[in-house]
Amino acid sequence: MSNELDYLSRRVAAGKLSRRDFLGRAAALGISAPFANSLLSSAARAAGPVKGGTLKAGLVGGESTNSLDPALMMTQVPFAFGKCWGEMIVELSPDGKLENRIAEEIGSSDDAKVWTLKIRDGVEFHNGKTVTAQDVAATLERHSDEKSKSGALGYMKGIETIKANGKEVVLTLKEANADLPYLLSDYHLIVQPNGGKDKPDAGISAGPYKVKVNEPGVRHVGERFANYWQGDKMGHADQIEVVVINDATARTAALQGGQVNMINRVEPKIVDLIKRVPGVTIRNHSGPGHYVFIMHCNTAPFDNNDLRMALKLAIDREEMLNKVLRGYGSLGNDFPINASYPLFTEIEQRKYDPDKAKFHYKKSGHDGSILLRTSDVAFPGAVDASQLYQQSAAKAGIKLEIKREPGDGYWNEVWNKQPFCASYWGGRSTQDQMYSTAYLSSADWNDTRFKRPDFDKMVLAARAELDEAKRKAMYHDMAVMVRDEGGLILPMFNQFIDATGPKVGGWVDDPHQELSNGYALAKCWLEA
Amino acid sequence: MSSPIVKLVAQRIALGILLLLAVSVLIFAGTQILPGDVAQAILGQSATPESLANLREQLGLNQPAYIRYFHWLGGVLTGDLGTAMSSGQDIATSIKDRLWNTLFLAFWAAIVAVPLAITLGLIAVRFRNGWVDKLISGLALASTSFPEFFIGYLLVFYFAVQHQWFPAISTVYEGMPLGERIQAIALPASALTLVVLAHMMRMTRAAILNVMQSAYVETAELKGLSAFAVIRKHAFPNAIAPIINVVMLNLAYLVVGVVVVEVIFVYPGMGQYLVDHVTKRDVPVVQAVGLIFAAVYISLNIIADIAAIVANPRLRHPK
Repeated sequence: MSNELDYLSRRVAAGKLSRRDFLGRAAALGISAPFANSLLSSAARAAGPVKGGTLKAGLVGGESTNSLDPALMMTQVPFAFGKCWGEMIVELSPDGKLENRIAEEIGSSDDAKVWTLKIRDGVEFHNGKTVTAQDVAATLERHSDEKSKSGALGYMKGIETIKANGKEVVLTLKEANADLPYLLSDYHLIVQPNGGKDKPDAGISAGPYKVKVNEPGVRHVGERFANYWQGDKMGHADQIEVVVINDATARTAALQGGQVNMINRVEPKIVDLIKRVPGVTIRNHSGPGHYVFIMHCNTAPFDNNDLRMALKLAIDREEMLNKVLRGYGSLGNDFPINASYPLFTEIEQRKYDPDKAKFHYKKSGHDGSILLRTSDVAFPGAVDASQLYQQSAAKAGIKLEIKREPGDGYWNEVWNKQPFCASYWGGRSTQDQMYSTAYLSSADWNDTRFKRPDFDKMVLAARAELDEAKRKAMYHDMAVMVRDEGGLILPMFNQFIDATGPKVGGWVDDPHQELSNGYALAKCWLEA
Repeated sequence: MSSPIVKLVAQRIALGILLLLAVSVLIFAGTQILPGDVAQAILGQSATPESLANLREQLGLNQPAYIRYFHWLGGVLTGDLGTAMSSGQDIATSIKDRLWNTLFLAFWAAIVAVPLAITLGLIAVRFRNGWVDKLISGLALASTSFPEFFIGYLLVFYFAVQHQWFPAISTVYEGMPLGERIQAIALPASALTLVVLAHMMRMTRAAILNVMQSAYVETAELKGLSAFAVIRKHAFPNAIAPIINVVMLNLAYLVVGVVVVEVIFVYPGMGQYLVDHVTKRDVPVVQAVGLIFAAVYISLNIIADIAAIVANPRLRHPK
């Protein structure tokens, strides 16, 4: 039976059998439609990409204030469109390894302080110019300049000198960092002619699509770049289009009505409904993003570790995962790392334990209610999650007072200012990045006010360590420290939930970000 | 035209300009008391103190408010709306397309809604208190009573998802053929029509019924004119002032009140543009859009007033 299905699905991929006929025959063989569909898409992948057509995505996360300047990219639409027109120095491949793009080779000195990037020959910018080491160096310079507004500035500050030397770029770091290549995969670091110093928002790079229409907040259109250096791998559709649809209902309707081929951010509560729509495939996969409640370790009453522990034990993670995320996520364990990181190690799962929570709460000596600030924008379902938390904490004798803050201004008035609030993190590509961004004493975004010199030392030591086994052990110790002493309550890691319509082939599950790490439009194709 | 009308009209226009000036002060003051500032909003969650300081300086946020107000007002008077702080784009250019889109949508909604509402109002008067009148009033009131997003979603569900007759999203762009454009806006225009219909219809009905009490209408009826002829020739012309008033009010709403509909249908108009920039604290854009909205509102009201003045025989034929 499966031989016959295999044969049939290959015929569909080859365009010799219609999809409808295939599904009919599969049904006759007793195969359910979703399974038959997945067979088809794997067959299509095996058959290879189909060129042509216009691939459209309806995405949340675009505003009329967006710019094509990679330094200013913040939200999902510039991110996803950026991956279509931009080319990176290196990129994370879906299996977590590094994939060389404009850099052909990356090597470091033994102490991981001096890094050499060898620039690939014959990569062409959209304006016809060849990508040189100077362009790459200028790009890095622009993003590491103290005056830069770049979202990558935080990571790039660690670079002391950048030199273009023939076909090579040599980076000297202030401190050793074994993870530098991972930092270079930051999505802001799109290589631009002369680093984008002349015209940062010109939208010119060496990606698979050329910018054709740029109407921020409305739509972005890319036209296939004929001279893309790896045209066999990406850039299958003749044209790609991103339509900005911030309203969740409108986005779903556009997919159902066939105006777009893929959408992002399907709400967990409607996933089961959408699954029933014929031709629509839900693409959910786990990533490093997580939903959190954060306490400032240096502000009363959260400066007491017993109280922090009581609050960590008073949250019912499983209930929250099931009710808020409808199971589209995984349990968190109060440290910001999960299996999507390369050097992750398991630590015993913390469970809801009202008795133990009660014990620690008594021991802390705190009395009275604790104010938790929350908002719809903290993460989807944050207000519901806060209320669930309030109930589970009440069973442990801890009174949580929930304050619902307006979404407008939440990120500058509440988050990283108030001592206890709901928030989210998109995660980073390496543990070092995650810890350096939010748990180093000096980090700008240390939103738990976790300031421990011993922890800082561990971060720096792990960063410089090139022996993987040793590093793994170091990260394990750091995770335990954050979990048992930090100010982070992490009930759940969320999944990215995207959806595609009929005829979309070549989807790649990628744990790093939504929409195949932003490459869905570049990597997918329209089946004939 | 005789002098009292000219004088009244001139007064009305002068008042409008004064009002617009007052509104400009209010808009400016309003944007100043929003929490947070544009630099923080642009950088969002990933703002670092250094990048914040750099951006503030670059955007000139360090100057006092009143200086920035007069600077802005001077620009507006010379046709320069400034540049958007968040994206660096020229506001006048961005607004031009958006405003055109909004007016296009409002135009088509009005083309359908205004004649429909007035006709329905006339029919309702003709069959007043009968079942036709009640049916028209009932349906119109029902469509108005539903929130716009509900009507919008219903239309999308039925006409876009279930039957796929019209697109669920109304993204229009430059160079789009007129036919396609009209098809794209069919659903939002219908939603808007349903929203404004009842108000105009009920007002038309009430205004004409009011006139129907007059002695001259009775005379006309006694003359033996048909019911429609009485309404058309005698009642309607005398009820025109209040009808124009409510039509203008609804036209203004079609331009400035369509934020929700624009968001649901992903229509690139002024409403969506304003919302995006409010969340970014992009003060120059918020001010510009607010001022344009105020200007639309005020000028439509002036037109309604002038129409009422001109339609008033006592002013047309002064003693």
